[in-house]
Amino acid sequence: MAIYSQILANGLMLGALYACLAVGFSLVWGVLNVINMLHGSFIILGGYLTWFAWHGWGIHPVVMLPVVGAFMFALGYALQKTVINRVVSAPVLTTLTLTFGLDMILYNVMTYWFTATPRRVQLDLGSVSLGPVTLPVDRLVGTGLALVLTLMLYLVMRGSNIGRAIVAVRMDRSAAELMGIRTERIYAITFGIGALMAGVAGVVFASVFPITTNVTGTYLGKAFVVCVVGGLGSVPGALVGGLVLGLVESLAGHWFGPQQAITAGFVLMLVILLTRPTGLVGVRGYE
Amino acid sequence: MSEPILRLEGVSKTFGGLKALTDVSFALEPGEVVGLIGPNGAGKTTLVNVVTGNLPPSSGSILFEGKDVATQKPYEAARRGLARTFQIVQPFPQMTVLENVTAGALFGGGAGSVGDARDMARESLEFVGLAPLADRPAAQLALAARKRLELAKSLAMDPKVLMLDEVNAGLNSSEIDGALALIRRIAERGVTVLIIEHLMKVVLSLSKRLLVLHHGRLIADGPSAEIVADERVIEAYLGHKFAARLKERHHG
Amino acid sequence: MKSGPLAYALLAAGLLVLASTPLWADNYVVRTAAIVAMYGALATSWNFIGGFTGYPSFSTAAFFGLGCYVGAICQHAGVPMMLAWLVATLMVGAFACLLGAIILRLRGHYFAIGSIAVVEVCRLVVSSWSSLTGGGDGLNLPLLTWAPEQVMRFFLFVMLGILVLSLIATALVDRARLGFGLRCIHQNEDAAAMVGINTTLYKVAAYTLSAVFCAAAGAAYASWTGYIDPTESFQILMTVKVPVMAMLGGAGTLAGPFLGAAAFVLLEEVFWANFLDWNRAILGVVIVLLVFFLPGGLLSLARKAKAKANSANSGSGGAA
Ligand SMILES: Nc1ncnc2c1ncn2[C@@H]1O[C@H](COP(=O)(O)OP(=O)(O)OP(=O)(O)O)[C@@H](O)[C@H]1O
Ligand SMILES: [Mg+2]
Repeated sequence: MAIYSQILANGLMLGALYACLAVGFSLVWGVLNVINMLHGSFIILGGYLTWFAWHGWGIHPVVMLPVVGAFMFALGYALQKTVINRVVSAPVLTTLTLTFGLDMILYNVMTYWFTATPRRVQLDLGSVSLGPVTLPVDRLVGTGLALVLTLMLYLVMRGSNIGRAIVAVRMDRSAAELMGIRTERIYAITFGIGALMAGVAGVVFASVFPITTNVTGTYLGKAFVVCVVGGLGSVPGALVGGLVLGLVESLAGHWFGPQQAITAGFVLMLVILLTRPTGLVGVRGYE
Repeated sequence: MSEPILRLEGVSKTFGGLKALTDVSFALEPGEVVGLIGPNGAGKTTLVNVVTGNLPPSSGSILFEGKDVATQKPYEAARRGLARTFQIVQPFPQMTVLENVTAGALFGGGAGSVGDARDMARESLEFVGLAPLADRPAAQLALAARKRLELAKSLAMDPKVLMLDEVNAGLNSSEIDGALALIRRIAERGVTVLIIEHLMKVVLSLSKRLLVLHHGRLIADGPSAEIVADERVIEAYLGHKFAARLKERHHG
Repeated sequence: MKSGPLAYALLAAGLLVLASTPLWADNYVVRTAAIVAMYGALATSWNFIGGFTGYPSFSTAAFFGLGCYVGAICQHAGVPMMLAWLVATLMVGAFACLLGAIILRLRGHYFAIGSIAVVEVCRLVVSSWSSLTGGGDGLNLPLLTWAPEQVMRFFLFVMLGILVLSLIATALVDRARLGFGLRCIHQNEDAAAMVGINTTLYKVAAYTLSAVFCAAAGAAYASWTGYIDPTESFQILMTVKVPVMAMLGGAGTLAGPFLGAAAFVLLEEVFWANFLDWNRAILGVVIVLLVFFLPGGLLSLARKAKAKANSANSGSGGAA
C-alpha cells in the first residue's frame, strides 16, 4: 500500500505541473481555435531565462516569475497581433503549419544561443517524509507554485473584465462583438496569456526538471493530452486533464515501466478523443 | 388504394429532455403532394431529419416502400430515392453549379460514370432553368438561384420522395411564383412531394392534403380545406384573423 | 482538379530530370534526386486525404515509419527485399484502413491532434517492443553488395517508381467517382452524405491511399540506409513537412505535391550546405512566408500569371 501512496503523491504532483503547463495552450485553442505548436518552446524559453538569471546573476527563480511572465506576455501579444492574427480564421491545416514554422524559428534560435545541453536550477532543498511517502521539497514547491499560478489564472478569468470578455468571445464571437467587445484585442491578450502561462510554467519546470530544447516536443505533447482529456479552453478542464494524466502516467510507469508511461498518456488521449471528444469536463457541442 | 410509399408509425424524437417529435404517424401515397405546416420549433425539420437518416428516431418505425429504414444512414436514404432540400442551403461552394448537380446524379441518381452524371445534371439544370449559370461557382449565386440549385441537385438524384424544407423562405413574390411552377412540374413527373412551408398561400395552391405539427405532435391530417377550418389548427397555428380572411376569400 | 498543360509539362520535366541524373551528375546529386522522388511520393500520397478530402492529416510519419519497420523485420526474417516492401505496403495499408475507420470520425482540430498522436504512439510502441524491433537500438538490414553508384541508382529508380505509381493513382482517382466524392466531402461533408456519398467509406479509402505509398517508400528507405531506429523513422518534423510540401506546390492538384516536394528538398539542401546552424529557422521562415504569400501554392502563381496574360490579351478581361 505504501508504494501506492507514493505513486498517488507523485501522480498528483506531476499532474499539477501538467495542468500549469497546459492551461495556456488550452485557452488559446479554446478561444482562438488555434493549435499553438509554439507552446513547448515557450515553456523552454521561460526555463532558459530562469536558468541564465540564476547562473549569471544569482536571481532566484521566484523573483523571475513576474519578469518572465511579463516578457512572455509581451512576446505572445506581439506575435498574435503581427502574425497569427492574419490567419486566425483559416483552417487548422494553415494555423497549425504556421505556428509550426514559427516554432522552428524559435527552436533554432534557442538551440543556437543556449545549445541543447540540459540545464537545471539546483535549489537543493532536500526532501520531507510524510509517513511512507517521501517528497523532494523542490518538486513540492514547484507543485504548489503551479497550483497557485493556475488558480490565479482561474480568478482572473472569473473575476476580471478581461477574463469575462475572453469567456464571452470563447462562447460566441459574434455575440461578443455585438456587445462591443473588440475580439482582435481579446485574441491578442489571450495569446499573450497563453505565452505567459507557458513561460511561468517554464520557470517552475526549470527548478524541477532539466531544461533543454530537446523536450519542447514532449511538453507540447503533454499539452495536447491534457487539453483533450480535460476539455478545451477552461482552467478546470486543464486542471482535471493534468491531474488525470499525472496519475495515469505515474501508475503506468509503475506497472509497465517509464517508457510506457508516455504511451499510456497518448492512448488515454486517443480513447477520450473517440469516446468523449469534449473532454471530461468539456462543454457539449463546443468544437 | 395503393401501397403507401412512405409510412411513419409512432415516430418520436427526443433531444435530452426535449420532445421534438411525439408519436407521429402518417403515410404518403405515391405521387401525392402534401403540405407540412406548424409554428416555429414545431419539429418539422426534425421530422425530415429523422426520415432521411440525419437523426436516428428515438422510437417508432419508418417504412419506405414497405421496408423499415429507421436506422439508415443519410447516404442510404439518398440512394433509395429519399431526397431533401435543406432549410439552410448546403451547396458545395467552390464547385460549379454543374458540378454540384453532377454530384447528385452520380451518387444519388445512380449514374454509371462521371460523364453520364454530367449529362443528367445538364438536363436537370435545364429543367429548373439554371442552365445559363452552369459554370458559375455555387458560392456566387443569389439566394433564389441557390434554392433552385438545391432543387436541381435533388432532382438529379431521381428521387421517389422529395422533401422540401422551406424552399421559398426569403424569396420575393415573383421568385416564389417561379418556384411554385417548378414544384408543380416536379410533381407532374410522379415524384411524391412533402413540402414544408410557412406561407399558407403557397401550401394551399400546391397540396390538397395538409399535415399539421404542433409541439412535436401531429394534430391534424386531412384535406386542406378541412384543415384550415379546423379549430385546433386555427388555435395552434393559423390564428383567428387569418382563418377569417381565408374564409372570406373562399366565399368571394 | 485544375491541372493545366503547364502543370503536366512541369511534372514531366521534373520526372525526366530526376531520372536522368545518373547520366550527367555525381552521386550526391543522384542521392538528392532519390530524396526528391521519395518526398514527392509522400506528398502525393498525403494529397489524397489532405488535398482531395481536406482532412488535416499528420499521420505521414506513422505510415512511413511503420513501412520502415515492417519491411526491415520481414527482411530480417529472410523475406526477399522486394517482397518485404510489398508486405510492408499491404500491412500498413490494412492498418490505415482500420485506424481510419476509427479516427476519421473526428473533424478539424481534433482530427489533426489525433493523427499526430498516432505518430507518437507508433514510435513509442516500436521503441518499447524491443524483442521484435530492437527497441531504441534500432535494426540493421542486410546491405546490397553492389557498387555504391549502382545502389544509389537502384534506389533512385525505386523511389521514382513509387512516385510514378502514386501519381498514376492520383490521376485515376481524380477522374473517378472516388475523386469527385472526396472533393464533395472537402466542400461540405453533410451535403456530400445527402447526395448519396458513403462518406465514411470514401474517407477511409483516401486515408488508406495516403498510407500505402508512404509505407512503400519507408520500406525501400530502410533497405537503402541499412539501419533504422524509432527516432529517425517516426519524426514529427516529417509529418508536418510533407503537408507543407504539398501546400507549397498546391494541395489538391496532380503535379503540385511533387513540385512542392522538389522545391522544398532543394531549398533544404541549399540551407544545409550553406547555413548549417540556421537551416531549421530558415525553413521556418519559408513556411511562414508560404502561409502568408502563397496560400494556393506555386501552381496557383502559374495559374494567376496565365489569367493575367489572358485578360491582358482579351483587353476587357471578361467575367472569367
Ligand atoms: N440537433 C438538435 N439538438 C437539440 N435540439 C434540437 C436539435 N434540432 C432541433 N432541436 C429542437 O427541436 C425542436 C424542433 O426543431 P425543428 O427545427 O424541427 O423545428 P421546425 O418546425 O423546423 O421550426 P422552424 O419553422 O423554425 O424551422 C426545437 O425546439 C429545436 O430547438
Ligand atoms: Mg425548420
